[in-house]
Amino acid sequence: MLKRVLPAVGLLLIALGAWWWVASWDSVDDLLLASPSETWQAVRDDHELLLDNAWVTLIEVLLGLAIAIAAAFALAVAMHLVRPLRDAAYPLLVASQAVPIFVLAPIFVLAFDYGIGPKLALVALISFFPIAVGLLDGLRSVEADLLKLMQSLGASRAFRLTRVELPAALPAFFSGLRIGASVAVIGAVFGELAGADEGLGRLIFLGNNQLETPRVYAGVVILTVMAVSLFALVSLAERVAVPWRTKT
Amino acid sequence: MQSTLVKETAAVQLGGVERRFGQVEALAGVDLAVGEGEIVAIVGPSGCGKSTLLELVAGLQQPDAGVVDAPLASYMPQKDLLLPWRDALGNAALALEAGGTRRGEARRRAAPLFERFGLGGFERTPPYELSGGMRQRVAFLRTLLPGRPLLLLDEPFASLDSLTRGEMQSWLADALGAEPRTTLLVTHDVEEALYLADRVAMMSPRPGRVVAELEVRLPRPRPRRETITDSAFVELKEEALEALGC
Repeated sequence: MLKRVLPAVGLLLIALGAWWWVASWDSVDDLLLASPSETWQAVRDDHELLLDNAWVTLIEVLLGLAIAIAAAFALAVAMHLVRPLRDAAYPLLVASQAVPIFVLAPIFVLAFDYGIGPKLALVALISFFPIAVGLLDGLRSVEADLLKLMQSLGASRAFRLTRVELPAALPAFFSGLRIGASVAVIGAVFGELAGADEGLGRLIFLGNNQLETPRVYAGVVILTVMAVSLFALVSLAERVAVPWRTKT
Repeated sequence: MQSTLVKETAAVQLGGVERRFGQVEALAGVDLAVGEGEIVAIVGPSGCGKSTLLELVAGLQQPDAGVVDAPLASYMPQKDLLLPWRDALGNAALALEAGGTRRGEARRRAAPLFERFGLGGFERTPPYELSGGMRQRVAFLRTLLPGRPLLLLDEPFASLDSLTRGEMQSWLADALGAEPRTTLLVTHDVEEALYLADRVAMMSPRPGRVVAELEVRLPRPRPRRETITDSAFVELKEEALEALGC
């Protein structure tokens, strides 16, 4: 375990060192780049403000992800079961990912108002695609011979889906969820930038306008920690739910 | 010994069975009869349509011409195809669950077979912690459990090393002695065919037909080492290899 953590910590320290070094240049404006120590100072001074807003963003991310998982699950299973639906919906699925989220964000805020609604919609939209594609691929990953065996055993379509295809899709689902969880934070921030009373995205946006550069960096650091933690949490859930992945 | 899982065994009758895939003629007029309770092995070169033949008997494919008359069969594919998210007992029980039996009941009915067929103590072991031979045993129990009168075994030990394969052949001979079924076994191993079967049907290269049949009049039970080194067995092996042209 230590062997695997050390390189990550090492690289992080190198990145911090580089940040420190660049921030110390006289030619770099303090308003553009806060040093690590100034950022840390901002985290300590404003921790209450930062944590309150981080909490709001975290709730948006988690609820949005839950919506994305439920929607991806329903759509992937429907597309898997109904071939024409699969052919019809796949291009739309890809198209949903191609729409630039920062263009949509203001429209969503107009449509859904200032509250949590548009944030959830944006988080769900951005993390839905990798989860749905992962599930779809996973559902199709079952060997042809295994399906033949199930047929010879007289298994119904529902049995095949629930006892064979869905469990077999778990590894691919988790791969998709890991990507979805790490980009979910972006959706929440864009939603807050487009219009919000609270949240880390809004705090960063305000900090920018008020030239509170260290606070902006503190907000970004917390967002990053949030994304990395989500990724790690999903990986942990995967190890519990799919113990065979590393052993077969 | 009487089977505890099936009331009756049944016969198989194949007449003039043809099967083609596009331009490729896989089977060209296969005639084969398997009597009640008989174990028949089908031997032939790779690509002669042995697996296609089994799938026809299993009802997984339909012949283009000819008649396939067979009872409901249990099919055991080459790979064990055990589900990694189920333990060994759960994998065997799957065969019953697929037919509508509830999970707990299916496990309860599968459990005694584990004791009887050398898998006692491995009920809760996941497949990826079992050896290749053990995995094939679980796959075979999964095939036995639905209690169908006909077993179709498609090169069940092809993926095993030769020592384990020998051990599994004795095991299967004992298992079929304890749970007698009409059995159709596909293999490319002449020795395996002769050791396990009452009769061996030899197939030609594609398009496949049954070109020769060989009765194996060896007493049962057949202790493996004594049997395969016996002069009568060696003679049969020579005869079979000659019929196959190798």
